[in-house]
Amino acid sequence: MELHELTASQLSQLLKQREVSAREVTDAYLERIEALDQKIGAYLTVTADLARQQAKDIDQRRARGEELPALAGIPVALKDNLCTQGIKTTCASKILGNFIPPYDATVVEKLKANGAVILGKLNMDEFAMGSSNENSAFGPVHNPWDLDRVPGGSSGGAAAAVAAREAAYAIGSDTGGSIRQPAALCGVVGMKPTYGRVSRYGLVAFASSLDQIGPLTRDVTDCALVLAAIAGHDPKDSTSADISVLDYRKDLNGDIKGMRVGIPKEYFIEGMEPQNRSLVEKVIERLEALGATCEEASLPHTEYALPAYYLVAPAEASSNLARYDGVGYGFRAQSEGPESIVDMYMETRRQGFGPEVKRRIMLGTYALSSGYYDAYYLKALKVRSLIRQDFDSAFERFDVLIVPTTPTPAFRLGEKVDDPLSMYLSDLFTIPVNMAGIPAVSVPCGFAGGLPVGVQIMGKAFDEATILRVAYAIEQDLGLSNLCPPLEVKAYA
Amino acid sequence: MPDWSERYEAIIGLEVHAELKTESKAFCGCSTAFGAEPNTHVCPVCLGLPGVLPVLNRKVIEYTMKAALALNCEIASFSKFDRKNYYYPDLPKNYQISQYDLPLASHGYLTIQVDGQPRRIGIRRVHMEEDAGKLVHVTGPDGREYSLVDYNRTGVPLMEIVSESDIRTPEEARAYLEKLKAILEYTEVSDCKMEEGSLRCDVNVSVRRRGQKEFGTKTELKNMNSFRAVQRALQYEIQRQIEVLEEGGEIVQETRMWDEAKGVTASMRGKEEAQDYRYFPEPDLVPLVIDREWVESVRRELPELPDARRERLIKEYGLPPYDAGVITSSKALAEFFDATVALYPNPKVVSNWIMGEFLRLLNAHGLEVRQAQVTPQGLAELLRLQDQGTISGKIAKAVFEEMFTTGKAPGQIVKEKGLVQISDPQVIEGIVKEVVANNPAVVEDYLSGKEKALAFLVGQVMKQTKGKANPGLVNQILRETLARSK
Ligand SMILES: [Zn+2]
Repeated sequence: MELHELTASQLSQLLKQREVSAREVTDAYLERIEALDQKIGAYLTVTADLARQQAKDIDQRRARGEELPALAGIPVALKDNLCTQGIKTTCASKILGNFIPPYDATVVEKLKANGAVILGKLNMDEFAMGSSNENSAFGPVHNPWDLDRVPGGSSGGAAAAVAAREAAYAIGSDTGGSIRQPAALCGVVGMKPTYGRVSRYGLVAFASSLDQIGPLTRDVTDCALVLAAIAGHDPKDSTSADISVLDYRKDLNGDIKGMRVGIPKEYFIEGMEPQNRSLVEKVIERLEALGATCEEASLPHTEYALPAYYLVAPAEASSNLARYDGVGYGFRAQSEGPESIVDMYMETRRQGFGPEVKRRIMLGTYALSSGYYDAYYLKALKVRSLIRQDFDSAFERFDVLIVPTTPTPAFRLGEKVDDPLSMYLSDLFTIPVNMAGIPAVSVPCGFAGGLPVGVQIMGKAFDEATILRVAYAIEQDLGLSNLCPPLEVKAYA
Repeated sequence: MPDWSERYEAIIGLEVHAELKTESKAFCGCSTAFGAEPNTHVCPVCLGLPGVLPVLNRKVIEYTMKAALALNCEIASFSKFDRKNYYYPDLPKNYQISQYDLPLASHGYLTIQVDGQPRRIGIRRVHMEEDAGKLVHVTGPDGREYSLVDYNRTGVPLMEIVSESDIRTPEEARAYLEKLKAILEYTEVSDCKMEEGSLRCDVNVSVRRRGQKEFGTKTELKNMNSFRAVQRALQYEIQRQIEVLEEGGEIVQETRMWDEAKGVTASMRGKEEAQDYRYFPEPDLVPLVIDREWVESVRRELPELPDARRERLIKEYGLPPYDAGVITSSKALAEFFDATVALYPNPKVVSNWIMGEFLRLLNAHGLEVRQAQVTPQGLAELLRLQDQGTISGKIAKAVFEEMFTTGKAPGQIVKEKGLVQISDPQVIEGIVKEVVANNPAVVEDYLSGKEKALAFLVGQVMKQTKGKANPGLVNQILRETLARSK
């Protein structure tokens, strides 16, 4: 077995037993990226020298007999909206194309403290806005299962890199499904933790009240491992919760007897791909076979989640992205002769942002403007609290809720680019979780037409342990761990 | 200028921004010290770099709460921060973190004296917000004009105090501002230095015919850097608005700048469109929940406030209410008074000196109390020298001025300048004789009953002694001498 085929947990074992060195593992991944990434387009920046240096440090520390954290020496890649000190952080936008942060995101600091080896920065939809990773200013990402298809978005680079084994695991961000949706389309595990579980400090904001950082991994065990490493209270983020972090791997034993599972009927809608539907139904059967009780549940305000999301998220985005004006850093439009500051702002933003970002800034600006605030933004906030209440009452009866992650498998590149509304529908099943702030994980549950399909497990706020337990049981029962796309890697030496 | 006050009244509301005296900024650990090299007190948070998040400085809440309690406000148990969105090159995030619909405090008041009567001016709200940076305009070596940004002030905590529209005259506006400043100084939450921009004031003013119920269209006045400027700008603007109405015109709702040099207000260009700040709740900060215990512990820390101190001076020292009001109008002045009275227990004499010479010199030099070099010890010593007859009252004033500018002790000044009063009757008698001999005509006048002539002769003696002769003795000896020469 090649090194890049192993999961992070497996690598951790080998490294601990000194059967391989971090340097060997890192080189294997760097070679894989070099051989493969031209096809995939997952990386925007590869930090090969830094990765080798970090690997060398880990090897030296281990040689000195130091007890190292489980993730030490294991290569990770980061979505390019996580700030990395001294490394370009572009958000896949021209406007931040030359931005090098003087600080690390708290998550990056935590990974470094855990001895992670950083391979580079991953492609994404510009400012995390999109569902197909076709909105990157630096080109799209290709789905490793079918290079003509999208990997999903906006953490498309992260999902593709993990699926194509160009990184042992990746860190993404999820505002309306941006981790879970591409994880489902690429056949990997992706988790959006509870809002406040992982510090957002250093995550370039899209919609602050919805954004959450989370892991994309080969299997559930890795997901549990990485979550434990990045979660926890951060004094630099006042919205981060001071709630203890567990060893999430401890209860991954496949035992879900007596678990109460709810199946929200609102998620099984028309327009959903029949194969996706039947795969999720099969999961429900298997859960019952494993001793869980599955019953119909209801989240009556589900249909309003998408429209409300498309008011709240753009509203916050319009404000968060106002700082990209060409004054202090990033791209500034050049012009001949004197100009007014307003001209400079407008030209910088006209040239610097892509069409989807502009569309959302306009939407958000409109939704917040006086005279429309009550009708749009405020109304959306009210819907949001109704959605929260839906989940609260559902979790009085159920331990977890099971729904599809996406309505369809990966669609073709270019298929929906001219139809933003149909594109927005791909996040239909993931958005309510962000609106409610609860955790959810997507795990592979089968294939439709050779493309991976994911099932989503939603849980109570801060109860990541339970959804991971259920996810693990499904993964083990279906035998769908560490899936590998049939990529031909000719140049791989 | 016709006096319109019979027919019109003005409706004035004031918005005061006070910089809080915290050591670090509102949402990061950077220093708030004034006057540092540009862009040395900055970090990714106050620069609003991508990905960074604000963390609220607890002191900012405490200071604002303290001021609000001193202004008799109610403290909201639940308040929140909002974003005020607008583009400006010195505003790094292009939004300002402020408080909109749920401010920290509201429903307060302060009391001013109008014609010797107390009058309550309502405080609508007190809230917290962050300051923006500063633009510096320069001409580069290539002859082109550049704008540079200094972000040292971005994120410096401000408190905004909005009055109700209870103020009716420019004089009341000034009295309100002076009282507000005194209260903020007493609570020590702000330096209140207008010259450093730590206290800024915007004014809303409209006029209406007496008896009319609805408010008129208001204008906003900006760019005033002293309380006197506020008063003058209001006088001008009220007159202007009345004249527009008298001529059948309409007031345009707009922002006007006060031009101190010309003494006029002028419309600000480019303000035709109303700003839409697109306020919405700041998602990066959790709502502010304040328990009663915290409020009460801050309330317990409140010092004696101007009104209470004024009452105390009246009761304890028997000062006239007017004196007590002047003395307590500034914490530094009141402390100067208290410290002097402790050393020289004659409150009325001390108050006369403070209200007279001290305030006169402060005004003449444009100084604050804390900038003057004279000390309570110095003043007390001076007053004792006067009592002992070492110096005359007139000399005392000259010595005080010297103390004020040099900070020297009065004894030293008297010694150095040879100002000791001449109280030796023999010396004075000699000079008197000389003066009488040299001014026969004046003496004649006096003897024929012109009492005024005596003053001239006294003046001549004082002139000869350079003002050092004991005036009582001079008078006495002069009268005696003149009586003998009858
Ligand atoms: Zn700072």
